[in-house]
Amino acid sequence: MFDNLSDKLESAFKNLKGDGKLTEINIAQSVKEIRRALVAADVNYKIAKEFTDTIKEKALGQENVLNAVRPGELMVKIVHEELVQLMGGQTAGINIKGSPGIVLIAGLQGSGKTTFSGKLAKYLKEKKTKKPLLVACDVYRPAAINQIGVLGEQIGVPVYKEIENKNPVEISQNAIKHAKQHGFDVVIVDTAGRLAIDEVMMTEISNIKEGINPTETLFVVDAMTGQDAVNTAKAFNDVINYDGVVLTKLDGDTRGGAALSVKYTVGKPIKFASTGETLDTLDVFHPDRMATRILGMGDIVSLVEKAQEQFDEKEAARLEKKIRKNKFDFNDFLSQINQLKKMGDLKSLVGMIPGIGKMMKDVEIDNSAFGKVESIIYSMTPHERTNPEVINYSRKQRIAKGCGKTIHEINMFIKQFNEMKKMMHKISRGGVPSMDMMGGGAGGRAGMAKSRNRSSRNKRKKRR
Amino acid sequence: MSFFKRLFSKEEEEKKLDESLEKTKSGFFSKMSKAIAGKTKVDVEVLDELEGVLISSDVGLETTVKIIERLEERVAKDKYINTSELNSILREEIVDLLSENNTEDVEDFDPPGGEAHPSIILVVGVNGVGKTTTIGKLAYQYKLRGKRVVLGAGDTFRAAAVDQLRIWAERVGCEFFSKGMNTDPAAVAYEAVNYAVEYGCDVAIIDTAGRLHTKINLMRELTKIKNSIGKKMAGAPHEVLLVLDATTGQNAIEQATHFTNATDVTALALTKVDGTAKGGVAIGISDQFKVPIKYLGIGESIEQLQVFNKRSFVDSLFKESEQFSK
Repeated sequence: MFDNLSDKLESAFKNLKGDGKLTEINIAQSVKEIRRALVAADVNYKIAKEFTDTIKEKALGQENVLNAVRPGELMVKIVHEELVQLMGGQTAGINIKGSPGIVLIAGLQGSGKTTFSGKLAKYLKEKKTKKPLLVACDVYRPAAINQIGVLGEQIGVPVYKEIENKNPVEISQNAIKHAKQHGFDVVIVDTAGRLAIDEVMMTEISNIKEGINPTETLFVVDAMTGQDAVNTAKAFNDVINYDGVVLTKLDGDTRGGAALSVKYTVGKPIKFASTGETLDTLDVFHPDRMATRILGMGDIVSLVEKAQEQFDEKEAARLEKKIRKNKFDFNDFLSQINQLKKMGDLKSLVGMIPGIGKMMKDVEIDNSAFGKVESIIYSMTPHERTNPEVINYSRKQRIAKGCGKTIHEINMFIKQFNEMKKMMHKISRGGVPSMDMMGGGAGGRAGMAKSRNRSSRNKRKKRR
Repeated sequence: MSFFKRLFSKEEEEKKLDESLEKTKSGFFSKMSKAIAGKTKVDVEVLDELEGVLISSDVGLETTVKIIERLEERVAKDKYINTSELNSILREEIVDLLSENNTEDVEDFDPPGGEAHPSIILVVGVNGVGKTTTIGKLAYQYKLRGKRVVLGAGDTFRAAAVDQLRIWAERVGCEFFSKGMNTDPAAVAYEAVNYAVEYGCDVAIIDTAGRLHTKINLMRELTKIKNSIGKKMAGAPHEVLLVLDATTGQNAIEQATHFTNATDVTALALTKVDGTAKGGVAIGISDQFKVPIKYLGIGESIEQLQVFNKRSFVDSLFKESEQFSK
């Protein structure tokens, strides 16, 4: 739907490369492209403008940029560095000193406050050996109190609630008394979602803050937020002067320009990144990764992490042994394919590889590309799958009929399979993988994993 | 809050939309008036400023460029367009753009599916956009129109989601079907439809857990839920309603695309339009995504849901600016 951002940038820099030298004119041109790229990533328009103006000055001011052999690359570097610096800066931890330490959570509806509160409680309990207390102060949304109650149960953290009380200021103050009496050392106050223009609700959050005097106030913002992020961040900051920002729903495919907008507008550090619905997916914020993401330059770190997520050491060890003994069979191949598929949309995976995004722009990567391979393997008997060498002409004929492909296609596939097998065997015995071989190698490594898949439970009658 | 209280009259409704869009306007058009202040002629500079205004209203880059190009064409044709005409021209262009979509606005809250009985609605979307709230509000509207409504608690994953929907059902005074937390959502959907058929409900609205469109397995689950509804009742669901948060930026388009791939979305609901966020995202979505916006969520209370009307939406956006140019 959208042009890949890296394409835009790279085309901008292509102009630079073509001239070989940066001039004021072509800098202005590429700066405009960078600005558009940022805007498409949901960076606020005004901020994008200011930001690129700074970039322009920096680029012009640097003698070495003007004379650089590859000005485009240098420009990218400047942009990237500037972004990292803007979003990073001082890395402040969360302040939970005090007895008890008090954390106040605020944000718009649906930004993920309650889920984050649960994650933070879990993090403090397990990683910081604290004794946290969650406080349910959302007295408005149906079942909000139940929601935090359930989360508390899941992570074994008590939840303070007053079902009948509709006054969140009182509830939060009572909770702190309760915490002091019962020896909790951190209190996490989850509040109702509110719009920045809702004066009554904004007064309420201000009163809560005054009433409990938190050691840390966090503003939770959805990473998918658009241009409005600036207004919301500023309005909340004006009212509660928060200490830090939490970025949620980063596990989606949003470019997350809101991160830059918020940081730029209020200057408060982004302290946490939240990346999933399970309660242990809380992460510290990585400005460098975020910069890469906003620029759409590919995110190899996330790719590796994604692979690791799906990576099962036992299964990997089992496969490695098989490869070493040159016993890699069609079942193993199938389970690798399934593993790869679990990692997500193929095109987005490929897009994460730096530099590839541009190359693959016009190539339609079909997620059903595996379908053909799978249908061929599924048309084999279990015996054939575990013993590829038994497949003779007559078997091939039957397989071809089963999957609706030609004999030629079956031959091609088996040939490719054997080559891959040979290569993996070589690598496993210490052959140094060259870049060409990495293709097979990466598939072998990242793809190896997890439980045996359904494929081994055969769909056909056993035939030997 | 009386259920028999008739909805607001048309006028009142428009007034409400005006009010909730006020922020949009003041953002949108105070900027615009700034952009053209001191100018008499529409020139490149004015157009550049206008680009900024549209983009910062979340209209989106592509749609903005499209609008600007159209304006450029007109300016090229008629060299002496002055800035006071800009508003009306821009308005025409936006209405045109929205109309190219070829989707008819709906007039009222009628259950989808025409003759089909019961009418089945499946509600989908990413986390925290306001699915459950929208379901509650929608059920209220059907209830007001004398329909018998059942809500199916298909969000069996998020903590207390079933309770949340149950409370809405109680508020509305409609029926409620649930199998509890951590049950198979496809089974819930199937049985909720079964319930609607058996007990003669007019409308069944089925909730689903919020999910990011990039989670392939969860999207597959959604396809399965939809299929299981179709298994119980041929032709159902009669509407797949994708709920989008108006504060979401360009990712909204990605969401629309992926959810459509998984479930053939037939209508959109745009929520949180009462915030500071610009209704501009509606323009971008209508342009880039050929599924109609059907509802606008404009507040937290039960009656704050409206059917979307292109003309009155654009009118609303421009009301203040007309005053300005006078």
